[in-house]
Amino acid sequence: MRFAVPVFPGSNCDVDCVKAVEEVLEQPVDLVWHTQTDLSVYDAIILPGGFSYGDYLRTGALARFSPVMEGVREAAEKGKLVVGICNGFQILLEAGLLPGAMRRNDHLQFRCDIQLLRVENARLPFTRDYREGETIRIPIAHGEGNYYCDEETLAEIKRNNQIVFRYAGENPNGSVDDIAGIVNREGNVLGMMPHPERAVHRWMGSADGVRFFTSMLKYWRESGAA
Amino acid sequence: MIKATITVKLKPGVLDPQGEAVKKALHTLGFDEVSDLRIGKTMEVWLSADDPAQAEERVQAMCEKLLANPVIETYSFSVEEGL
Repeated sequence: MRFAVPVFPGSNCDVDCVKAVEEVLEQPVDLVWHTQTDLSVYDAIILPGGFSYGDYLRTGALARFSPVMEGVREAAEKGKLVVGICNGFQILLEAGLLPGAMRRNDHLQFRCDIQLLRVENARLPFTRDYREGETIRIPIAHGEGNYYCDEETLAEIKRNNQIVFRYAGENPNGSVDDIAGIVNREGNVLGMMPHPERAVHRWMGSADGVRFFTSMLKYWRESGAA
Repeated sequence: MIKATITVKLKPGVLDPQGEAVKKALHTLGFDEVSDLRIGKTMEVWLSADDPAQAEERVQAMCEKLLANPVIETYSFSVEEGL
């Protein structure tokens, strides 16, 4: 299973994502500069965290028009796996590949902590190695993770089981309905504020992110794409 | 030359944490009459163009494509000639 991690000017979690794929899955993974448009050789794309384009205008608003996003959009349309973590989630929202928008945290502080998440949908390519309703520990590090969507959209994503992770216990940013991560209607594009790539060894404080990656590999093998 | 002045605001009902914090700071300073405060953005854009109607169309396209996020924001603008 071949992974791509696009790098935008200002990305800073790209190497963490590469190391997670290498160390957890031992699968090939390439850092891809934001000017590359053809991602057709990859089976999965991980948009990393960071501050692409300095978060100017709005988080993710400028990265969304990077050439590499053409390849991301194509991959999403073909049903390949696309993950946006933190700033990557913000980019997917701005690109319209996921519904909603991101606002500044309701308390205005940048929050860096290990957070409890509840796995709300364990039937997805990204979550099949978790148990539904399970609580996991994954770090967050963001100032703008306050997910917003209108009531109509919220009703729709609930109806389609598109809410993947909710904050269990304290909500660290004020997001609508305690949302920490969602998928698109088709279930192949996921955005989440917490960082599973930073929770892949016990010495990191949690290894609960391992199963996020193993789920993807399992899905890929079972889907016959291997 | 045409200058467009664009205002981008958060939609009513979308929480504005920055506005809330600044409101509280004003209260601390004794401006008790401040009942609400919302922070938006103003952008000044200079266009190499002569036709204001055409410039308006272009500015609207800019707002829709990039400058405002329709999920949480609204925009308005005015254009002036010869600046």
